[in-house]
Amino acid sequence: MAASDTPKSVLLSPIFKNNPIALQVLGICSALAVTNSLSVSLVMGIAVIAVTAFSNLFVSLIRHHIPSSIRIIVQMTIIASLVIVVDQVLKAYAYEMSKQLSVFVGLIITNCIVMGRAEGYAMQNGPVMSFLDGVGNGLGYTVILLFVGFVRELLGSGSLFGITILPAVQNGGWYVPNGLMLLPPSAFFVIGLLIWILRSFHPDQVEKTEYRIVANSKTKIKETV
Amino acid sequence: MAASNNSIKKTLTVALALSIVCSVIVSTAAVVLRPTQQMNQELDRKSNILQVAQLYQPGVDVNELFKEKITPRVIDLETGEYSEELDPETYNQFEAAKDPATSRTLSGPHSPGLSRLEEFSTVYLVGDPENPDQIILPIRGQGLWGLMRGFLALEGDGNTIVGLSYYDHSETPGLGGEVDNPRWKAQWDGKKVYDDSPMQPEIRLVKGGADSEYEADALSGASLTSRGVTNMLQFWLSEAGFADYLARFHDNVQGGA
Repeated sequence: MAASDTPKSVLLSPIFKNNPIALQVLGICSALAVTNSLSVSLVMGIAVIAVTAFSNLFVSLIRHHIPSSIRIIVQMTIIASLVIVVDQVLKAYAYEMSKQLSVFVGLIITNCIVMGRAEGYAMQNGPVMSFLDGVGNGLGYTVILLFVGFVRELLGSGSLFGITILPAVQNGGWYVPNGLMLLPPSAFFVIGLLIWILRSFHPDQVEKTEYRIVANSKTKIKETV
Repeated sequence: MAASNNSIKKTLTVALALSIVCSVIVSTAAVVLRPTQQMNQELDRKSNILQVAQLYQPGVDVNELFKEKITPRVIDLETGEYSEELDPETYNQFEAAKDPATSRTLSGPHSPGLSRLEEFSTVYLVGDPENPDQIILPIRGQGLWGLMRGFLALEGDGNTIVGLSYYDHSETPGLGGEVDNPRWKAQWDGKKVYDDSPMQPEIRLVKGGADSEYEADALSGASLTSRGVTNMLQFWLSEAGFADYLARFHDNVQGGA
């Protein structure tokens, strides 16, 4: 991204125009794992926003002092510390939620979005813009998570935020929950559909075909026997 | 970036400073938040006990309800007698299991993957402690990935199961992690532990559909977790575990079995 970005564009463009999951296809792993209910998706999204924003801020603050030979380690240390703090805070104030998220909070460390933004944006830009960029990318991640969580919880459990919308058969209702939606692979389908929808509205996101399949050349069949 | 940033001195300084700052931040967070976290864990343990006893309703004051309904007691696992010396409020059997003075080593095929077993265990009695409605036993053992800790609630006859619930485990979500699934947990209600012998637990998990009151459905796709659950039930309900203690309840309620 060019350095001439306005704060608004830095904050808002990652949500739809340059979404970290849908366009850059980063951070897919956790998007599969934590999206089977909306409330978990929301907490995960907030945690990622916090980590991305502050890691960008701190990396950007000390960017003129980071020796290039250890810059990745420096970024990782900052990110890891922030994730531990977030994990501790969740354990203290959202205990139930942190039990459901279990290892996935720790795995924010390996979320490519955080590292990608620190290396790709915060190393070249000022603290305020980097912070906004972090918030923006975290929001982009959260929007996708919430969308996937919405579809998966609604179709998989018949509820939203734990409130029953479609009464399920086993509780005396009429809706037969789709068990596939509770399993991680369904997130692939939902994210795929979402990327399709996004690209119908933003055709410029569609990559150029890298190669074209050429018509079959005639094979020469040798008589071997 | 200036070239001087890459000198060895600068590199070491930055690395050292960063490490110190980050470790201070992390340890401060851990120390400051620990009391709240412990309170949460304690609350979680109590609400798990209430849940396995089917006393829990959303929105109740867990501490209040726990105090009103449940009496913790400490028992000697060897004899099955109540201990008068140990205070159930402060006794921690997990700590005791680590201390050679208050535990013994376990080995052999019947161990549920535990290396040490404490001499005393806490039990939780629902209702009148002399003639309880329910007896809640802490159980633990190895699952697939690690230790699983939970509670088993029995009715006052010390034989009929009310519920089984794990509050701490690291099984695969969706497979072994289904020990948390309410539908799987619901099947435990009404199962029986002992048949003829009061020392020989019969309860086990079986594949392909349980068809007696001594059997429960195993978890699909989680053979090792299911085996772990069977092992720990068999162990904790045997003579090494709570069988001596539970025997008194068979007599009490069934009038000499």
